[in-house]
Amino acid sequence: MNNIAKIIFLDILKSKITLIYFIVLALVSWISFLLEESQSKAVLTVMYIVLFSVPLMALLYSTIYIYNSKEFITLLLSQPIKRGRLWGSIYTGVSGSLCLAFVAGAGIPVIVYSFNMTGFLLLGMGIGITLISVSLAFLIAVYTDDKSVGIGISILLWLFFTLLYDAILLFLLFQFSDYPIEGLTMLLLMLNPVDLARLQIMLRLDIAAMLGYSGAVFIDMFGTTWSAVLSFIVLLAWIVIPYLLSLKRFRKKDIV
Amino acid sequence: MITIRNLHKQYRKLHVLKNINLEFDGAKKCIALIGPNACGKTTLIKCMLNLVTPQTGEVIIFGRNVRRDSEIRRLIGFMPQAANFPGHLSVEDTFRLIRTVRGDQNEADDELYQSFHMDRIATKKMGTLSGGTVQKVSAALAFMFRPQLIILDEPFAGLDPLASAILKEKISKEKDNGKLIFITSHVLSELDNLASHIVFMEEGEVLFYKPVRTLLEDTGEPAITDAVMKILRQTQHE
Repeated sequence: MNNIAKIIFLDILKSKITLIYFIVLALVSWISFLLEESQSKAVLTVMYIVLFSVPLMALLYSTIYIYNSKEFITLLLSQPIKRGRLWGSIYTGVSGSLCLAFVAGAGIPVIVYSFNMTGFLLLGMGIGITLISVSLAFLIAVYTDDKSVGIGISILLWLFFTLLYDAILLFLLFQFSDYPIEGLTMLLLMLNPVDLARLQIMLRLDIAAMLGYSGAVFIDMFGTTWSAVLSFIVLLAWIVIPYLLSLKRFRKKDIV
Repeated sequence: MITIRNLHKQYRKLHVLKNINLEFDGAKKCIALIGPNACGKTTLIKCMLNLVTPQTGEVIIFGRNVRRDSEIRRLIGFMPQAANFPGHLSVEDTFRLIRTVRGDQNEADDELYQSFHMDRIATKKMGTLSGGTVQKVSAALAFMFRPQLIILDEPFAGLDPLASAILKEKISKEKDNGKLIFITSHVLSELDNLASHIVFMEEGEVLFYKPVRTLLEDTGEPAITDAVMKILRQTQHE
């Protein structure tokens, strides 16, 4: 790890908000596993909490961090350093520390109580969602010069992915239930990384029956292995594409 | 040494720099960039550091175009108007970080580090320092790696009188050592006995670029402040 990434990594790890994030994740995960007798129900509970809180923390914190580091970024850019390299270092530092806080908080109880594919999938999805959220936060911060607007957009994006999207999807399903819209449903599920992550874990838990329509469609269309591969590719695209777009913009941006 | 050609910069509708042409040759100069607020001083400096991309025109420093050559900034030391460092970083770590970022192996110029007594606060976190102390850190950083060109954006704002005096002394010394120094300021009295040339900007244009001596002779005034005031009054009457 290079120096800038290391310093940002440590800076975020030492901040109070990251500590609170870690404590909340750890507390909720341990309590879920201790109180719930059925292991798969406990995993489900932790999954809901993770998929709700991780994108919020990662999106909001990274956005604010970029805005607050504006002067520091300016100073670094006045040194002999390439912009692409600096942006990559910041990404490594921010996402690395948030991933570590997540793994230390939720990861330890998950591994202790659910040492199997489902547990690891849950961890993988948590890390994946963290990386996606940081990518999206970088994209928002680099395109929006106004701090309050940028923070507003990241809150809206979080609301959209975790709550609104499902509501819209359900509405569409009911409205067009008479038509063959399985393909469209699939496509729409792919477009929301949080939904996709949730679906992957639920398919593992053998409670796909609970998923009803979309789960049945999913298994029907791809089978479990293919769906896993495809979802992995889509999640990867969700990390890489927003990051590359933000990088492209940052290379040419005026640092005012 | 520095050639600025046909520089135009526009932020959406705001025309910040209008056809700037300047040429600074030879060292041992301290060029003061002065003018009212929002006249484009900082933007001009940011074009020199490739922080801001102009619509047209180019900045050539030591024969190299700043747009295409990030290595040129190895020769530049920059002190920004407002600095901000990660709060958990200690003072000594900050110096170490910038050194590794620059990949600088040479012996550092720690004169300002010593005279600002940075060693006494070396283990303190940047987040706990006052604004003026952070300014001292960034001033010391600008000189530390012996750059040929030193750019200081409002360096005295926020510094106490003693620190200002130390910094002024250092600027004069480096000027005599053959460095080219750029200072922006809107407090003109700070520049007496310091600046050798004056670039006066107004609304994105260079009003004049003169050696201080010529400026004083032309106006018959004893100090930069009075001379600039006189010129401004004349231009307003015309």
